[in-house]
Amino acid sequence: MNFVTLGNYLLPVVVFLIIAVALYKKVSLFDVFIEGAKEGISLGFQVFPCLLGMIFGINLLLRSNLISDIFGFFSPLFTLFRVPKEILPLALIRPISGNASFAMMIDIFKTYGVDSYLGRIAAVMQGATDTTIYVISLYFGSIGIKNIRYALKAGLFADFITLVVSILLVSIFF
Amino acid sequence: MVNKIWGSFIVIGLLYGFLTGKVEGMNQEVISCGSSSLELFFSMFPMMILWSGIMKIAQEAGILSFLSRLLRPFFSLIFPELKKDDPALQYIASNLTINMLGIHNASTPFGLKAMQCLQKNNPKKDTATKSMITFLVLNTSGVTLIATDILSIRSSMGSISPTDLLLVTILATIINTTLALLMNFYLGRERS
Repeated sequence: MNFVTLGNYLLPVVVFLIIAVALYKKVSLFDVFIEGAKEGISLGFQVFPCLLGMIFGINLLLRSNLISDIFGFFSPLFTLFRVPKEILPLALIRPISGNASFAMMIDIFKTYGVDSYLGRIAAVMQGATDTTIYVISLYFGSIGIKNIRYALKAGLFADFITLVVSILLVSIFF
Repeated sequence: MVNKIWGSFIVIGLLYGFLTGKVEGMNQEVISCGSSSLELFFSMFPMMILWSGIMKIAQEAGILSFLSRLLRPFFSLIFPELKKDDPALQYIASNLTINMLGIHNASTPFGLKAMQCLQKNNPKKDTATKSMITFLVLNTSGVTLIATDILSIRSSMGSISPTDLLLVTILATIINTTLALLMNFYLGRERS
């Protein structure tokens, strides 16, 4: 069995397990489901303003090309530290937007090949971390936290570590 | 903080766009942003409703408390300030489990619910607590065991063996989560 078909099993199996156990424990399934789903609706409405606001800010920043221009400027510095410069835009976008970085990963696949050194680094980076700014704005925004203390520092540190670790591991193993 | 980040994204983005003559693109973005975020919302929203319903069933059936009991040794290590039976831990446990399987859309309702629970015991409602930030770090460092979306993209683009990065990704996730948690504790100690 190849892995992609295995991946297709995940979600249905999770659903199966939950419902089967609940059935066994005689939970009044449908009533409880409806009750939860209603909470989901209000959850969604709470989240939407944060989502829209954040996308607005992020897209304006991305559209201006500022980030990629900064990279062009600093790229000699990164070559000095043996960080492949093709990977840098992805590294900087990764904490800001999951969708944009996913698209960039596919671009790297197309340009350099899925199984290339760069393609592998991109895949590991995309897989091993999550979108910091998105998670902060969604999770904290929905409960009205304004003072996030050291959350951004801690989150961005995690992203930086992922960049370093992905490059190191791919160089070691491939 | 969020206010400042958001504001600077917009001001800096617009300013740089003006200076480099991309006014048309910026204008386009202002006009179309509403509908593009609505599109994203519409792709998330039904998933959120469905999984909130399933989450409730899992909770009634005792699956969530089972998961949190399973992860209790790990939790008492990284959330020393929470009580052993804090309801938030159930949602955190489920959120982590689903994230490990790489089903990110389904994990969001659990994460939001966990934050709501943590907020209940928060003495200062507009300020993040230590446990909130720890949970956030767990989420952003992305404890992924199987990145399903990346696997399927790699195989569809003709990778010789799409799964060969699996172990490396798991290793990367473990290393960066550990380091991120250590940094998180260091930062947390410093401020409180």
